Amino acid sequence: MTAESLSASYTVEFPFERTVGPTIGAFLGGLRDGQLYGVRTERGALCPPLEFEPGTGAETGELVPVADTGTVTSWTWVRARLGDPVPHDFAWALIAIDGTIGALFHAVDVGGDSGRMATGMRVRARWRAERVGQLSDIECFEVAP
Amino acid sequence: MRDVAVVAFAQSPCQAANRRDDMAGILLPVIREAVDAAGIGRDEIDFVASGSHDFYEGRTFSYIDSLDAVGAWPPISESHVESDAAWALAEAWSWLQLGEGDIALVYGIGRGSLPADLDQVMPAQLDPYFLAPLAPHRDAIAGLQAHAAIGAGLTSEQGMAEVVSRCLASALDNPHAQRSERVDVARLLDAPYVSSPLREHDVAPIGDAAAVVVLAADDAARRLAERPAWLRGVDHRMDTHYPGVRDLTESLSTRRAASRAAEFAGFLPSDVDVAELHTEYSHQEAILAAALGLNGAELNASGGPLAGRPVTATGLIRIGEAARRIFDGRADRALAHATNGQALQQNLVCLLEGEG
Repeated sequence: MTAESLSASYTVEFPFERTVGPTIGAFLGGLRDGQLYGVRTERGALCPPLEFEPGTGAETGELVPVADTGTVTSWTWVRARLGDPVPHDFAWALIAIDGTIGALFHAVDVGGDSGRMATGMRVRARWRAERVGQLSDIECFEVAP
Repeated sequence: MRDVAVVAFAQSPCQAANRRDDMAGILLPVIREAVDAAGIGRDEIDFVASGSHDFYEGRTFSYIDSLDAVGAWPPISESHVESDAAWALAEAWSWLQLGEGDIALVYGIGRGSLPADLDQVMPAQLDPYFLAPLAPHRDAIAGLQAHAAIGAGLTSEQGMAEVVSRCLASALDNPHAQRSERVDVARLLDAPYVSSPLREHDVAPIGDAAAVVVLAADDAARRLAERPAWLRGVDHRMDTHYPGVRDLTESLSTRRAASRAAEFAGFLPSDVDVAELHTEYSHQEAILAAALGLNGAELNASGGPLAGRPVTATGLIRIGEAARRIFDGRADRALAHATNGQALQQNLVCLLEGEG
């Protein structure tokens, strides 16, 4: 018997094309255009939009344009890895987009200084110049002046 | 309703990585031990159910390998869930309720050590539109939950370290634990963050192990165990997937599952002597204890997941550990909780009871 372990390289991927539907599709299309959308629910505009109201399961309504600024409601500080949206250490955060209910999960760049992160801080989206219709069209959020 | 009980439980030691055995090799001795403890032959098992996640192995139907340890010829009645094996136990419980058979074997086998980088693997459990494309760090969503739990006054970094210190000390008596030690809270708090406010010890250590539970109904249960651990109530519920649209500081699905399980059982989580909670992170103990309304129960006396988290076997081990305390008379009533998904998205609650 040998102590050697065999190993093989493997790339984790999601090799499917799928139709994202009218709600998420329009949201992703909005990202490509540099515009965030929420979806109407009985409680207000939900961002990011879901096809169903999470509390009741009721179908949600039409999409409405919303601001690209918001407030951090929770955050966690992490080390930057290759391929992350920010090249230095940063926070993953939940961001309550202004005028909406719910919170958007994204990265917040404070220049690598965790001391600048706080619940309740104001942030705004930093958009990429080249956008393709996915979440990474927002590079990250940054401190709003 | 038929009375269904856990009549035997076995598990392999939790290892950070088992490079010696394949899936069937890890599982086979554990099945033998559980079947021997129940004193049955394999041909007496009417139904087999298992749980595993393909994404740790990076291939579909990865659990098929484990069937070599079950023995599937001549053909057996068999099912599988892509989930923690506690959900396979819920399926086996339902199957026994149908009255097609009397004895079921449930197993969970996980090899979380296989991926070289869990940060590449864990986003595979997230939705492919809003979360997976951002590829969050493996513990990031739990980090948000811990931060929110501290903000809500449910716990603190000190309180989380106290949970870890208590669990690792309890695990000294558990020969299957992956981690166990006496460690000062102050020393734990000196460690760096991995995803603030989580430190490495706040994260249950992922690894490799298998667990097996034998269930039996009515007279079969009385025949196979001296003191069966009767599953008086079993229920599971889920919260919305996206972490931004639910309150991360309370687990509504746990509360709902517990309430439904209590309706079946005729007693409440506040009545149990011991509780085994599937805490993938130390801060989740406070969230779960609040959602369940526990009242003085001994928590994770085995050390719990913070002492060893073999993927997809960890929830089933909670049920086995709770049952073990009923087998040996240390408890009359016990609660077992299992979770699946990120930040306590899906939750299962079992209420168990011994007689006499």
